[in-house]
Amino acid sequence: MIKDNGLWLSGNEAIALGAYEAGVKVASGYPGTPSTEIMENLSKYEGVYTEWAPNEKVGLEVAIGASFAGARALATMKHVGLNVAADPLFTASYTGVSGGLVVITADDPEMHSSQNEQDNRNYAFAAKLPMFEPSEPGEAKEMLKLAFGLSEDLDTPVMLRVTTRVSHVKGVVAKSEQRKDTGTCEIIKNPGKLVMLPAIARARRQIVEERMVKCKILAEESDFNKIEEGDTTKGFIAAGVSYLYVKEAFPDAAILKLGMCWPLPEKKIRAFAAMVDELYVVEELDPFLETHIKAMGIDCHGKDVIPNQGELNTAIVRKAIDPGSIPELFPSMEMINRPPNMCAGCPHRGIFFNLSRMKVFVSGDIGCYTLGFLPPLSAMDSCVCMGASVSIAHGIAKAIGDEGHNKVVSVIGDSTFIHSGITGLINTVYNESASTLIILDNRITAMTGQQHNAASGYSIKGEAANALDLEALCRAVGVKNVYKVNPHDIVETRKVLKEAVELTEPSVVISEGPCVLLPEMKERKPVSYFTNQENCVGCMSCIRLGCPAISWTVFEEGEAEKRGYKKRQKGISKIDEILCNDCGQCASLCKFNAITRGEEK
Amino acid sequence: MEESGNILFSGVGGQGILLASEITAYSLLAAGYDAKKSEVHGMAQRGGSVTAQLRFGKRVYSPLIEPGRADIQMAFEMMEAVRYLPYLHPGSKVIVNTQKILPPSVANGQAQYPENVLDHLTEKGITVVPVDAFDIAREVGEVKTANVVMVGALSPFLPVDVSLYEEIIRTRVPERFRDVNLQAFAAGRKISE
Repeated sequence: MIKDNGLWLSGNEAIALGAYEAGVKVASGYPGTPSTEIMENLSKYEGVYTEWAPNEKVGLEVAIGASFAGARALATMKHVGLNVAADPLFTASYTGVSGGLVVITADDPEMHSSQNEQDNRNYAFAAKLPMFEPSEPGEAKEMLKLAFGLSEDLDTPVMLRVTTRVSHVKGVVAKSEQRKDTGTCEIIKNPGKLVMLPAIARARRQIVEERMVKCKILAEESDFNKIEEGDTTKGFIAAGVSYLYVKEAFPDAAILKLGMCWPLPEKKIRAFAAMVDELYVVEELDPFLETHIKAMGIDCHGKDVIPNQGELNTAIVRKAIDPGSIPELFPSMEMINRPPNMCAGCPHRGIFFNLSRMKVFVSGDIGCYTLGFLPPLSAMDSCVCMGASVSIAHGIAKAIGDEGHNKVVSVIGDSTFIHSGITGLINTVYNESASTLIILDNRITAMTGQQHNAASGYSIKGEAANALDLEALCRAVGVKNVYKVNPHDIVETRKVLKEAVELTEPSVVISEGPCVLLPEMKERKPVSYFTNQENCVGCMSCIRLGCPAISWTVFEEGEAEKRGYKKRQKGISKIDEILCNDCGQCASLCKFNAITRGEEK
Repeated sequence: MEESGNILFSGVGGQGILLASEITAYSLLAAGYDAKKSEVHGMAQRGGSVTAQLRFGKRVYSPLIEPGRADIQMAFEMMEAVRYLPYLHPGSKVIVNTQKILPPSVANGQAQYPENVLDHLTEKGITVVPVDAFDIAREVGEVKTANVVMVGALSPFLPVDVSLYEEIIRTRVPERFRDVNLQAFAAGRKISE
């Protein structure tokens, strides 16, 4: 039910609204599922400065700077992004803040769209920072506002941890007034607090401890850590979305809901433990609360029954605690898989098709192009983290030695290259390896849903901005061999790739093909290719591209002859003209004049 | 399912599941229910199987539907209607768009699309409501309204007055597509009434 001031928002939309209501003045972030829509939505509010930073470390540093100048500032990122931003995070814990500073980490248990499922609550413990953990969109908004207040009261950055099932869940959210008293921003000189030389850091280190003691007292008194009375035979401690699963599986049970997962309200936890016969800690991923509660000397169940991998849900929680309670389910049916695929007309396909035919190790990276791993292209051999493709290729080349000069290729997107690939390239040049880097420049940060970046020529608000010249950048760091290719021309691209790979010095191939999901690409009226079926000999060259617009029809026995094809022809390929996006890769592969570009629709 | 319910939307990326689930959710909210919807973005969206989970009631806690507890499945593709069988129970209703979208392994000739795939549901006593949403949408005059045809087919099973759906479509759909979407909704509703 939505009341007068009510909205129905996703967790990320609610957080953006919360940032606006809290009077955030500067916000910076790097796109990453499930965090992306926070900045996207915040950029639509008047009076808030927002930007896409080249990476999470830069984003957090921008927010720290804004806070030093007295502004309320926000940094957003996905869980693995916090690894990149960890360096400033740990020391910002010592400097403290001037304007409120909140760091949002959006974790992805189950790895819906991530390479690992690290539990970033550990960062709050390690960096000695308070961390809020909301359960649903409305609460995420309110907690963000509390976090800004706490940040200023205790002179500390504060973390807000959400997960996929908060960020991408829509729920009822109450709208409120924007904070008016945001103060003025100015130069505030305080080197004795902000210049983290060892002598100063040692003094600040003590203040960090004193601050966490104060925060603990607050955690004891505040009602975001709340005991909900109920049946005490089994009592539950839970935070975040896990609280909702407990609430649904055991609606009558006593629960201690922790809105803040660090520092922990020790007295409240002890009091609750004493209230209940059996204590269960229900949490996704690591036994974070459980470990700290057990360290208090409190006996409890946790990961002995609750899985430490993947997401939880009501059924998992219920079954873990009450194994006899789960009704029999219909068995799952084996259905043909429908794995994700690159779009029809995707420029990456042309590059990976060529790589699949070269005897090279393909060191991959994070983006849509990681799908080059999947059949039929199957042209990626490793993928670790943002930017790693370049440096891993260099490491492989060094390990193999001189003979390896033509055996290693790395692939990276434009945005990922700017994020952290450029430093690897500097190393490749400086320390001299002959690996070839392919930059898949599709003019956008695509996987997360079309965000601009430093090379796209537009700001987060879509206003004109400087477009980083990737070729000039590569030359400036010392790469002498920089090529540009049109990836849709498969034959020509292969010639260039072969030449670059054979070189005994570093080379970069920039593949220039805009993402087909770019608004300007969607608005154009693509001319579709079509199959001249009378010419098709069933060689399957086009089918091996794995394009969703091309399908294969198997001939029944005798059908080939009946339709006038060679007796042994196994089938025929067909282009779906509605799905076709006019890239022409299939036509450049067809040697039998069986694929032609049509007239304008 | 007067007081609460779980609706699982399934299909393939690009079929308009988002709009269909939003219209349904806003209609339930307008009827005075709490509602939560869960979906995933990013890598999961690139052309693969897509789901959205919508739950409503007096107060909805978990954003996820438990296996065995989906009351209605809105399947936008036939194979996707069967893929999530463990979410259903014998009393579930499956409203299915009788369309086939070939997965890559079928399109490239390595596998065959299963025949009579909906039998897996009916033989378990699950009520199947087949909807030729594309054909209906074409008759209405805009193939892109197939998703709203599906919402129409769902509508009689939910405790929401028809006027609320119409009001939500009027406010949520761009003006130039408003009338054709209202017609698509009405045509879909006729199938289940």
